[in-house]
Amino acid sequence: MDWVADFWIPLIKAVVVVLVLLLGGAYMTWGERKICARFQVRYGPNRAGPFGILQPLADAVKAIFKEEIVPNHVDKIIYVMAPGISFAAVLITFAVIPFGPEVDLFGQRVGLWVGDIEVGLLFLLAIAALGSYGIVLGGWSSNNKYSLLGALRAAAQMISYELILGISLLAVVLLAGSLNLREIVDFQGTWPLLVLQPLGFLIFLIAILAESNRSPFDLPETENELVSGFMTEYGGIKFALYFIAEYTAMVVNSAIVVTIFLGGWKWPALISDLHPLAGVGLFLAKVLFVLFLYVWIRASIPRVRFDKFMRFSWKFMLPLAFVNLLATAAVVAFL
Amino acid sequence: MLSDYNFIGIFVVVALIFPFIALGLAYLLRPKKPNPVKTETYECGLETIGETWVRFRAQYYIYALVFVVFDIEAAFLFPWAVAYDQVGLWALAEAFLFLGILTVGLVYAWRKGALRWQ
Amino acid sequence: MTVSQVVFILLSIAALGGALGVVFARNLFRAALALVLSFVGVAGFYVLLEAEFLAMVQILVYVGAIAILIIFAIMLSRRMMSSETQPWNEQWVGAVVVAAALFAALVFILSRVDWPATEAQVPADSISQLGQALVSPDFYVLPFEVASVLLLVALVGAVIIAREQ
Repeated sequence: MDWVADFWIPLIKAVVVVLVLLLGGAYMTWGERKICARFQVRYGPNRAGPFGILQPLADAVKAIFKEEIVPNHVDKIIYVMAPGISFAAVLITFAVIPFGPEVDLFGQRVGLWVGDIEVGLLFLLAIAALGSYGIVLGGWSSNNKYSLLGALRAAAQMISYELILGISLLAVVLLAGSLNLREIVDFQGTWPLLVLQPLGFLIFLIAILAESNRSPFDLPETENELVSGFMTEYGGIKFALYFIAEYTAMVVNSAIVVTIFLGGWKWPALISDLHPLAGVGLFLAKVLFVLFLYVWIRASIPRVRFDKFMRFSWKFMLPLAFVNLLATAAVVAFL
Repeated sequence: MLSDYNFIGIFVVVALIFPFIALGLAYLLRPKKPNPVKTETYECGLETIGETWVRFRAQYYIYALVFVVFDIEAAFLFPWAVAYDQVGLWALAEAFLFLGILTVGLVYAWRKGALRWQ
Repeated sequence: MTVSQVVFILLSIAALGGALGVVFARNLFRAALALVLSFVGVAGFYVLLEAEFLAMVQILVYVGAIAILIIFAIMLSRRMMSSETQPWNEQWVGAVVVAAALFAALVFILSRVDWPATEAQVPADSISQLGQALVSPDFYVLPFEVASVLLLVALVGAVIIAREQ
C-alpha cells in the first residue's frame, strides 16, 4: 500500500475540503444576512469586526457556551445524533464533486476531487436521501407537535422533489452519456449544459431549492404556523449544527448546480486550456453567483402554502420533468 | 475503482468527526441547570394539551407510496440514459412504452384524487 | 488483515446489528431505524463487490423510499413515543423452529453450490452495458417492460388501498 497516495493525500484533501465547506457554511450565514439586509435597506451585522465579518465566529462561540435544555420526553440518543447526521450528510455529498482538474502539487499528481466514481450522480441523490433522515429523526425524537408536523412535511417535501431532481438529471445523463461527474464536466467543455437543457436547469433549480428546504419552500420550519418546525425543541450547539447544515447545504447544492449545469471549472466555448488554479477560481466564482441567486430568491419571493406546493410538485413539476426527458430523448435520437 | 471509494470512506470519517467534535466541545463547556419549567415541551408558552401523537392525515402515506413506484422507475432509467447513445431509436421507443405505462398510473392516481391534498 | 477485511467486518456488524435491532427493538420507530442501518450495511457490501450501481440503487430505493414509507406508516398509525411493543408472543417457539429450518436450508445450499468466481475486472462501462442489456431484445427488454406493468399495478393498488381509509 502506497501510504502517501492512498492515505495521506486523501486525508489532507478530506480535511481541507471539510474545513472550506465549514467556513463556507459559516460565512454563508453572514453573507445572507448582509445581502438580505441590503435588499431591505438595512446594514445587517456590522458590530463584530469590520463589516461584521467576525459575526459567524461570535455566533459559534455563543452556540457552544449556551446552556443545554433537553426537554422532557425526548428520545435522548436520537435527539442528540440527529443534527450531527444532518450536518455530516451535507458534507459527505461534496465527496464526489470535482472542483478542478488534475494538478501537480508537491511532486504528486493530485485530482482536485475527493472520489471520482462512476456513479457520482447517483451518489448525490443517495446521500440526499440519507440526509432527509437527519430532519425526520430530529422531528420525531423531540416529541413536540410542531416538530413532528415539521418532520412529516420535510419528509413529504423531500421525497417529492428528490423524484423531480432524479428525472431532470436523467436528461443530463442522456446527453452526457455518463453518471460520472468529472465526465459530465468534461462534456461541458464547449457549452455548459444550461444551454442544452434550459428547461431541465429550471426544473432542477426549483427542485433543489425545495429539496434543501430553502425559501420560498422552507415549509418544514415555517415560523408563522410551526414555530420552527423540526427545530422547535433544539437550542445551543444542536440548533447551530442544524443551522450550519442548512447553510453548508446551500454551498454544496450550488456546487452541484455549477458542476452539472454551469460547466464546473470549465469556461464555456473557445477559451479552452485554463490554468488549473484559474479553473478552481472560476468554479468558486460560479458557486458564489448561485449562492447570490439563493439569497436573491429568498429576499424576493414569499413562502408558498404547503398544499399548493405539493400540488405544484406532483401535478406540474413531475409531468414537466417527464416531458423534458422524453423531448430530450427524441431530439437526441433524431439529430 | 475501489481506491476512489477508499478516499470517500476517509472523507466520510472526517465528515462524521466534525459535528461530533462540536457536540463534545459544547458538552464540556456549557452550563447545565435544568428545572421543570425549562424542560417543559414547548407549545408557545401554554401547557401542552393532549398527546404529541395525534392522527396525521393519510395523504403523506399516499405520496410516499407513489414516490416508491416512481423512484424504482427512475432507478431503471438511469442505465438506460447512460447507454442511450449506443442504442438509439429502439431505446427511445422502449422508454416511451415504459414511461407510457407508468403515465397511465400517474393519470389514474390523479383522476382518483390521490394526489389531491385535502 | 487488509483494509477491505476490516471494512467487511464493520459492514457486517452494521448489517447484522441492524437486523438484530429490527427484531429486538421494543419501539417500532427504532426498529425501522435499525432496518435503515442494515440497508446501508448491505449497500456497503455491494461497494466492496464493485457493484457500485447496485449500491447506489440500494440506498436510493431501500433507504430513501421504502424505509421512508415504513416510517410514515409507523408515524401515521400508532402512538410511537409512549407505547412499546412486545417482540415476544406465544408463537415464538414455532417461529424459532421455522427460522432455524430456513437457516439450515440456506447453509446447506450455500455450502453445496459451486459458486462461479471470476478473476476478471469489472468493465469500466458496466453501467452502459447494463443499460444496453435492459433495452436489447436479446437480453432483458421483456422484463424491463414487464417491470413497468408491475409498477403500474403497485401504483393502482396503492391508490385503491389508501383511498379506502
